[in-house]
Amino acid sequence: MKLEELRKIREKAAKELTLRGGQVRVKVVVGMGTSGIAAGARDVLAAFLDEIGKRELTDVIVTQSGERGLASAEPVVEVHEEGKPTVVYGNVTPEVARRIVAEHLVNGNPVADYVIEVRE
Amino acid sequence: MRKRLDVLVCSGAACLSAHSAAVRDAIAREIEAHGLSDEVRIVETGCMGPCQLGPVMLVYPDGVFYIRVQPEDAAEIVEEHFLKGRPVERLLWEAPEARRIVEERKQVPFFAKQEKVVLKNCGRIDPENIEEYIAADGYAALEKVLTKMSPDEVIQVISDSGLRGRGGAGFPTGRKWRFVADAPGTEKYVVCNADEGDPGAFMDRALLEGDPHAVIEGMAIAAYAVGADRGYIYVRAEYPLAIKRLEAAIAAAHRLGLLGVNIMETGFSFDIELRMGAGAFVCGEETALIASLEGKRGQARPRPPYPAVEGLFGKPTLINNVETFGNIRHIILNGADWFRGIGTESSPGTKVFALSGKVKNTGLVEVPMGTTLRELIFEIGGGIPDGKEFKAVQIGGPSGGCIPAEYLDTPIDYESLRELGAIMGSGGMIVMDEDNCMVRLARFFLEFTASESCGTCIPCRVGLPAMLEILERITTGAGREDDLDKLERLGKTISTTSLCGLGQTAPNPVLSTLRYFRDEYEEHIREGRCRAKECTDLIRYWIDPEKCKGCDQCRRACPVGAISGSPGKPPYVIDEETCIRCGTCREVCPFGAIEILDRGVKGACR
Repeated sequence: MKLEELRKIREKAAKELTLRGGQVRVKVVVGMGTSGIAAGARDVLAAFLDEIGKRELTDVIVTQSGERGLASAEPVVEVHEEGKPTVVYGNVTPEVARRIVAEHLVNGNPVADYVIEVRE
Repeated sequence: MRKRLDVLVCSGAACLSAHSAAVRDAIAREIEAHGLSDEVRIVETGCMGPCQLGPVMLVYPDGVFYIRVQPEDAAEIVEEHFLKGRPVERLLWEAPEARRIVEERKQVPFFAKQEKVVLKNCGRIDPENIEEYIAADGYAALEKVLTKMSPDEVIQVISDSGLRGRGGAGFPTGRKWRFVADAPGTEKYVVCNADEGDPGAFMDRALLEGDPHAVIEGMAIAAYAVGADRGYIYVRAEYPLAIKRLEAAIAAAHRLGLLGVNIMETGFSFDIELRMGAGAFVCGEETALIASLEGKRGQARPRPPYPAVEGLFGKPTLINNVETFGNIRHIILNGADWFRGIGTESSPGTKVFALSGKVKNTGLVEVPMGTTLRELIFEIGGGIPDGKEFKAVQIGGPSGGCIPAEYLDTPIDYESLRELGAIMGSGGMIVMDEDNCMVRLARFFLEFTASESCGTCIPCRVGLPAMLEILERITTGAGREDDLDKLERLGKTISTTSLCGLGQTAPNPVLSTLRYFRDEYEEHIREGRCRAKECTDLIRYWIDPEKCKGCDQCRRACPVGAISGSPGKPPYVIDEETCIRCGTCREVCPFGAIEILDRGVKGACR
């Protein structure tokens, strides 16, 4: 084992540990109530995880919440960012999820077409 | 795909014996059934601490902490929480004082007051996955010393940190390392003392089970510093899980070239072997441990020569405790000043304690040195259950002493405990309430040390049984007026003249209980009375005819047929000659009709 190899293992494995107390910049909350799931929230969640994994965003966590009462806009997704207003998206599809990751999480520009609420 | 949830299932020995493996399997099945396998990862970790609440489970990223999880709960947890994001409230840790639901692990008082350094990874990473350890900065300290520091610099950092041996006596670790490094000879050894044998102590076991690589890394750094290329871990055979995880960890470190020849191509070679001990208490003493490692009978020998000069196979040997090694990598990575910033001036750092006995939250805790006993027992430990009064805490196991309520605000460090007649020991902490008899406690520990004496030196071999005989006399109501003076004289003689730590500390439980609870001893001797009602020879059980309803439950429960009476025709009566005073009748009586009275041994029949 060379030093380089040890560092490589550390970098690779560190991503696996981010959920357990790493530095979290953004929290994506996918509404996973019954109507959310019926409207396709599972696929949206999977798309988020896939896209975030691909882009190696180690400071983003994805979690889920229960019903929010906005069944007509499901799947509903909230993006919580430290020091910024919370952005709520409605009618999110897997494609929109990937756009949110690229445009909002990476570049800081919310995907305006799907924003249904901005909370301070 | 990135995982969305990490489900940490505690696989410490306590949770395993509460069937955490079945819980893990059930959760895994449900995750599979809900198609969540790609999103949720199950990790088996070492001990998380609150052992009496097991099986426990921690779900990240939110830090939801579940207690007493049963396999039947798996479906609900996966469906409600993992899928829909609603934590299962009934399985969360309730804060008893506020009766409110606590979700965040940080908010649970048990965790909030602790400072985890040594146990940082315990309950957080998978101990059988070396990559998780590496991700948590594992082997970064070894890398640092091998590439950037000379052995002398390493010893200097450890000396500057003020780290003291966590095995009990508190000898400065840096000084010990220096002795071994300076000892002449090229063949040297590093030994990890994992012979944890005090009743009620399981700190080392938890660290070995929960983060074995931390101990291995600490040993490797020590070996580099003192110039050794071979190490041994002396662990009790009765710790099968610790052994299994250590074996796996050593094999994994080998596979990655973190142990063996020419580690990280720096020219440094080091290897570790496991050695199982049969569980003799004396083998925790370093010279007896070395004898046992060499394949001889585990007996202490006079020092000097100290193991640092003449140890294993006659070569200079460094012996440190598990927890001491567990501190090393953190000191190397964060520096001596950081370590000195934790704890007290004379005792820097943290200490792991195994909290047990009459306390609500039993388990494993790590606090900065200087934390008071009150904080430890009443805030982290949650106080005494069933509204009973705190009486004393036994610190340091059979080598330690008890500390009564008036010293609860003493900050814990090596010196303060010694002044009070206890010792840090390895960190066993047994809490006692008003129902514990202090004479009986002293007898219990002396029975242990007397039977564990290796027999090499006379004070310990002959003296301890002599003390035990007196204690047995006192607890059975045959104590004599001069017994207490005899106990004190014997105890002091044994302490000063015994060969090794076992004999030198064995009288501590007697001497400290005599110091703080002399009146209880005197009551036993003069009145034949045990106020805690624990000494069975001094009590009798009595059925209150006023309260007895003739339900027959006590008669059926009595294992020796000492109770007579007919159902529906109270009162029932206990035959005192037959009664063995086991207390079963009192436990089963639904009317609280059975009382424990003084037997009145004195004056009646002597």
